[in-house]
Amino acid sequence: MSAAIVHRATRASRTAGVVSIVAVLILATLPWWADSSTLRLFVEFACLLAMAQMWNLLAGYGGLVSVGQQGYLGIGGYALVVLADLAGWNPFVCVPIAGAIAALIAIPTSRIVFRLHGGYFAIGTWVVAESFRLIAANATAVGGGTGTSLTSMRAFPKAMRESLTFWIALAVAVGAVAGVYWLLRSRYGLALTAIRDSERAAASQGVDIAATKFWVYLIAAFGCGVVGALYFLMNLRISPDAAFGVSWTAFIIFIVVIGGIGTIEGPIIGTLVFFLLRETLGDFGTWYLITLGVVAVVVMVRFPRGLWGYVAARFDLHLFPVRRRLALPDDGPRDS
Amino acid sequence: MSALLKTVDLTAFYGDFQALFGIDFEILPGEAVGIIGANGAGKSTFLKTVTGLLAAAPERIVFDGRPIGGLPASEIVRQGIAMVPEGRRLFPSLSVEENLLIGGYAKRKGPWSLARIYELFPALTDLRTRPGNALSGGQQQMVAIGRALLANPRLLICDEISLGLSPLIVTSLYNTLPAMMGEGLSVIVVEQDVGIAQRTTSQLYCFQEGRVSLHGRSGELTREAISAAYFGSAVA
Amino acid sequence: MIGWIDTVLQGLMLGGLYALFAMGLALMFGVMRLVNIAHGDFIVLAAFLAIGVALGVQVTPVLLLLVVLPVMLVVGYGLQRGILNRTLGKDILPPLLVTFGLSIVIQNVLLEVFSADSRSLSAGGLETQSLRIADDLAVGWLPLITFLAAVALAFSLEWLFGRTPLGRAFRATSDDPEAAELQGIDHRHVYALATALAFGVVTIAGIFLALRTTVAPSDGPAYLLYAFEAVIIGGLGSFWGTLAGGLVLGVAQGIGFRLDPGWGILVGHLVFLAVLLVRPQGLFPRTRD
Repeated sequence: MSAAIVHRATRASRTAGVVSIVAVLILATLPWWADSSTLRLFVEFACLLAMAQMWNLLAGYGGLVSVGQQGYLGIGGYALVVLADLAGWNPFVCVPIAGAIAALIAIPTSRIVFRLHGGYFAIGTWVVAESFRLIAANATAVGGGTGTSLTSMRAFPKAMRESLTFWIALAVAVGAVAGVYWLLRSRYGLALTAIRDSERAAASQGVDIAATKFWVYLIAAFGCGVVGALYFLMNLRISPDAAFGVSWTAFIIFIVVIGGIGTIEGPIIGTLVFFLLRETLGDFGTWYLITLGVVAVVVMVRFPRGLWGYVAARFDLHLFPVRRRLALPDDGPRDS
Repeated sequence: MSALLKTVDLTAFYGDFQALFGIDFEILPGEAVGIIGANGAGKSTFLKTVTGLLAAAPERIVFDGRPIGGLPASEIVRQGIAMVPEGRRLFPSLSVEENLLIGGYAKRKGPWSLARIYELFPALTDLRTRPGNALSGGQQQMVAIGRALLANPRLLICDEISLGLSPLIVTSLYNTLPAMMGEGLSVIVVEQDVGIAQRTTSQLYCFQEGRVSLHGRSGELTREAISAAYFGSAVA
Repeated sequence: MIGWIDTVLQGLMLGGLYALFAMGLALMFGVMRLVNIAHGDFIVLAAFLAIGVALGVQVTPVLLLLVVLPVMLVVGYGLQRGILNRTLGKDILPPLLVTFGLSIVIQNVLLEVFSADSRSLSAGGLETQSLRIADDLAVGWLPLITFLAAVALAFSLEWLFGRTPLGRAFRATSDDPEAAELQGIDHRHVYALATALAFGVVTIAGIFLALRTTVAPSDGPAYLLYAFEAVIIGGLGSFWGTLAGGLVLGVAQGIGFRLDPGWGILVGHLVFLAVLLVRPQGLFPRTRD
């Protein structure tokens, strides 16, 4: 009797994989034929997408709802300014370093915020982010409350600046999606899913809950730090409110809620919807934000699994499948 | 005499999983009926549908002539059914006396009062101010029973009162049953201990895999019949 | 020296306001483990409702309270019954995300209706009057009344929870909603009552806020943070603890402001983080075994 086989991929996912690779290759050529504003738009898109993946990893899989990831984004941004402007390092190289700095700061921070749980953890992370903001606002070396400009970028010609920033953004977007996907397909990801479903059961199976949450928190901090450096690489001007504003989290939450928590496709769909809304309604200022808020509330109450979650459940469609399907020997090959 | 509580072909589901397959059950006013069965036989599920913690079709459960299936649990208490839940489930944030008092939240009229509960269970008088969970198992059980009685129910359900208690305490608890039933209270006794169920009730139902596998007068059922019904080699 | 005593005194008065902020948050969390991220925004909403009414009618703050309070009580009950009850369950995400969405909506609706200008309520001259304690020491009447209101509220809420049938129902439902149902307690209704009560406290807090200082539509999140910090510093389980937490926070911020105006709020955050690190259960927790 042949053994049961564990399937990972589905037909849809294989198609999606091919489409993704082709799309990335096409995108990589953008700097040669798209204008500056398109490139900037993509960088913003990449930033929000990567942040959303980080937040989704934390909340959807780690069970840690953070309203303070903007804290690490800001640290990444300010690390870039300090290292590139004040210490004279190459700004592009600083992007991953900024992420590492954010991760380092996350280590002692986690010891404090992990004292809290659930909703109180969420607000606690917000307090931490606010503390970072106030420290930056009091730091005259980086412009205090009004902020400063990233002067070291002036050394590079505009086209080169924009192209390099764009490619870094593409790498960050691809890296975030691919990284989270790879993580969740690994044993580590299985542990995360187990924790999400039932902490007690997971612990009884030998999963080290505390260590797992700690590493997820660190990875998310790194990711947000990288995004922060990337964003201000493009924006060229940083201020405490722009770097540490809670609106980052507001947008991320909207994206993940609309798209679907706990899926990888969700944040991608959500970011697309977010930008669609922004391009069409953005001029309406407050009404745009009211719409976002109302949509988030309605979706959360009626479709708690988000748009993608609803579609995935309804049509059993998984483009980035992280689950394993069991095919028993008597079944024919299963594709969906 | 017409039944106080009656279930007709009662089914129950947890999502897609069917837990009860057509239960016919009846209890008269002033009667004590026992339900026995192994873990997973469907006893708890049955109780959940009767007390409103699990959905059921309205006409499948009839209490005092009225269909109550699917009503919210708080409403069913107001109708006159109270349960001593499995595991006692006292409220840790409330003292013993407060736990008793909360039983009367539905404000049903009846013979039970705080004073009468302390008469029934004198040991509780010294424990009034203790937090609900700082008691021994037997004491907790007394509080849980008292709490349910203060709802002035017409039907009292006792879900596995003997669980975790020594035989001596279990006996003394069940010895209070006649005093409880004095004013015409009906009681459903759910037990895994068959002996207790037989001794304290006039009718007995045995559940097995979501069905009634045996039903008869408690005094007349034989060891063998019960054994077979309990473990599943015969269906009524 | 007297300067420091004055700082502490003013900090205590500010702490009274923070305690008012905190009690509504603690109430909702205590009864249903729900953290309302829009809590600060509802305080601001209540303040603007009062300001809105005051724009039309010249009326004392007490009468404003009597007008706005019923509205907020209904809003609170409706919000819980209609929306938040649907989000409660095993998953912590839905209530957090829904209340976050509400926060955005409230801020921007207020922005639309009232514009971004800061506004306040007039207390008919009381704002400038103070009680002289010593030669160099005085405390404003309004801050003092706010402080006393906080104390009175802590006392009332403790009494409500500890000595009334409703309070018993709150505690029982908080312990075990299903077992509470078995006692005849409709937990959806009880939750909604708790939120209504919390919104009542929020209204009082909002009106005192508007009397004391100017309010802008986007101020909500800051007040949420202060309320939260007060609850954690004080410790979970009692309103007296929440009061104490508010006072500690107020004093911490006051000392921070005195050291350097840019540091005031930050010192408050740092004290909060320090308490979390060193004594995570808070300064005056009421243990529940």
